[in-house]
Amino acid sequence: MYRYDEFDQQLVNERVKQFSGQVARRLSGELTEDEFKQLRLMNGVYLQLHAYMLRIAVPYGTLSSKQLRMLAHIGRKYDRGYGHFTTRQNLQFNWPALKDVPDILRDLASVEMHCIQTSGNCIRNVTTDQYAGAARDELEDPRIVSEIIRQWSTFHPEFSFLPRKFKIAVSGTPDDRAAIRVHDIGIQIVENDRKEIGYEIFVGGGLGRTPMVGKKISDFVPKEDLLAYLEAILRVYNMYGRRDNIYKARIKILVHEIGADEMRRQVEAEFAEIRKTGALHLPQEEISRIEAYFRAPAYETLPDESTELNKAVLADPGFANWVKSNVAAHKMPGYAIVNISLKPIGGTPGDCSSDQMDAVADIAEKFSFDELRVTHEQNLTLAHVRKKDLHTVYEALKAHDLATANVGLITDQIACPGLDYCALANARSIPIAQRISERFADIERQHDIGELKINTSGCINACGHHHVGHIGILGVDKKGVEYYQVTLGGAADEKTAVGDIVGPAFTEEQIVDAIETIVTTYLGTRKQGERFIDTYRRVGIDPFKESLYATH
Amino acid sequence: MAQHTRKGAQFQAVTANRLNDGIVVYLTAGGRWSESLQEAAVAEGKEAAEALLARAEPAVADNSIVEPYLFEVARDEGGIRAASVREVIRQAGPTVRLDLGKQAELPDVHR
Repeated sequence: MYRYDEFDQQLVNERVKQFSGQVARRLSGELTEDEFKQLRLMNGVYLQLHAYMLRIAVPYGTLSSKQLRMLAHIGRKYDRGYGHFTTRQNLQFNWPALKDVPDILRDLASVEMHCIQTSGNCIRNVTTDQYAGAARDELEDPRIVSEIIRQWSTFHPEFSFLPRKFKIAVSGTPDDRAAIRVHDIGIQIVENDRKEIGYEIFVGGGLGRTPMVGKKISDFVPKEDLLAYLEAILRVYNMYGRRDNIYKARIKILVHEIGADEMRRQVEAEFAEIRKTGALHLPQEEISRIEAYFRAPAYETLPDESTELNKAVLADPGFANWVKSNVAAHKMPGYAIVNISLKPIGGTPGDCSSDQMDAVADIAEKFSFDELRVTHEQNLTLAHVRKKDLHTVYEALKAHDLATANVGLITDQIACPGLDYCALANARSIPIAQRISERFADIERQHDIGELKINTSGCINACGHHHVGHIGILGVDKKGVEYYQVTLGGAADEKTAVGDIVGPAFTEEQIVDAIETIVTTYLGTRKQGERFIDTYRRVGIDPFKESLYATH
Repeated sequence: MAQHTRKGAQFQAVTANRLNDGIVVYLTAGGRWSESLQEAAVAEGKEAAEALLARAEPAVADNSIVEPYLFEVARDEGGIRAASVREVIRQAGPTVRLDLGKQAELPDVHR
C-alpha cells in the first residue's frame, strides 16, 4: 500500500501543529466559537448530540494492521473503546474531548493518518472498491488513481472552498461496488479498442434531499489527462455551482439544471482552455512510482482447489454458511477475498470495538499481507487470504464476534448513526436496523431470501444511503415523534436507481412488520432464483403497495 | 440553528455543550452548568425562557460552554422530563448503548 513520502509526512505534521495551536487558542478564549468552528470542521471535528465527534480519513478505505492498531489504541485511550466505520470508508469516534484532539492527531500522524478534508466544502476522501487488486475482472487497480487524486486534491488551493462538499469514487471493475453513480464524480476505469486504459466519467450523482443518478459526460478520458479533466469539471462547478442556497449547492443540481450535454460542453471547453495554457499532465514516471506501491503482494503458487477448505465446509455448517455469504472469488488460484461483517445480529452497523480492531489487525497481518479494507457498506475486507487458511481465519474472527455470515443478506444493513448520536438527525436509525436484524436472524431464512440491501437514514441528508437501498428507510420527525418512510427498488451498483416511495410513513412500532410484509410479498412473487431487486424491477411497486396498505 | 423547542411551549430549560469536552450541560437556577437535567432551571412562559437563555451568555463569553439553546420540558412526579425524543436521548445517552452517556453515570436520568 501507499507509504508517505517526506512531503506527505511534513504536510500532516504541520497540520497537527497548526490545529494544536488553534485548539489551544480556542480553549484560552483567543478564538471565538464562530472563528473556531470552520477550523475544527477542516480537521474533522464535529459537535454532535452527546459530545464531539472526530472523523478520521481512511484513504480509499485501505488500512495497514499498524494503522488499525493505532485506531484501536485511540479508541481505548481517548474514547469509549469503539469506533464507527462509515459509508465514506472512514472511521468516526463519538466521544473525544476537544482538549485531547491534538494528541489524537499526533498519534494518527505517527501512522500516516489524519482528519484532513473529512469535512468542509472541499474534495473529500476518495472511495473505491474494497476488492481492489483482488477482483477477477479488474482492468486496473483503482487505488492507483485514487491515490493520485488524493495527492492532487489535498489542500488544493482552488478547490478548498467549493460551493459545497465534493465526493469522488472510482471503480476498476464492470461490477460497481463503489456506488460511483451516486457521487459528484464517478470514475469507471475502462479499456479502449487499442487496449489503452482510460476513464469513463459520470458527473452529478448524489443522495441527500435531492437524489440524482450521475450522468456520463465522457466515454474515455486518457490516463495522462485525468487530472486536467477533473480540474475542468471542478472549475465549471466552482464557477457556476450555487452558493446562495445550501440545498442547491451540490454539483448534481447544476448538472440537473443545465443538463448533461451542456455540462459536457462546458467541461470540454474548460478542458481545451486548460490544455492551451499548459495542462496538468500525469507523467508516466509519477504514475509508475505510485503503481509500485500497489503491486500485487507475494502470492504463493497454489492449486485453486483446497482440500482443507472442502473438508472444513463439509464438517462445519456455520463455516459453510460463512463461506457462502462472506467469501468472494479472488483473481489468483488458491486465494479468496474475505468479508468481515460488522453487522452482528442485533448490533450497530459499522461499530467495531478496540479489541475487535486489534483482532482484525492481527488476522490481517498473519493471513492477508498486513492490510485490510473498509467497505462503503460498513464492513471490513481481507483482500488476499489463502483458501486453505479460510477456516482458521473464520475461527479467529468468530472468537471476536466477527464471523456473522450475512454479507449481502437482509441483516447486512447500512445505517447512519441517526438520532442516537447525530445532531442533524430527526429519528433513530440504529434501533430500526437492530430490530430488523433480530427479526430476520435465522440464517436459513436469510439465505432463502437471498441478496437484499436495506439502508436506513435518520434524516434527509441520507448518510445511510436509503435512496439506493433495495429497501430504503428514512426516519422523519412528525411533531416530536419518529416515523419511517419506505422506498423500494433503489440500487447503488452498475444499474443505479433511486428508490420509489411506497406510501405513507410507518410508526416505529409498525416499521419492522412493514419490512416483513415487503419480504413476504417478494417471496410470494419471485421467480426461481430471482433476487428481490430483480423481482421489483419486473413487477413494480403495486403488489408491495397493496400488501402494505390493503388492511390500513 | 435548528429549532429544538416548539412555539408556545409552557416550560423550557437551557442546554449547551461544554467547550473542552463537548459534554451536554444544563443551566441551573444558581447559574451553574450541571450535567443532570434534574438540576436544570425551568422557566415558565416565553419571557422567563428568554431571560433564562440570556443568563447563558456569560458562560459563552468565558468559553466554558458553546451553543446554548432553549428546549421544551415537562414536570411530573419523576422530575423534569425533556419533551422531544432528541432531548430525551441527549440527556440520557444513545438508546443503543445503555452503558454510555449520562444514563450510565447519573441517577434520575429518564428514558
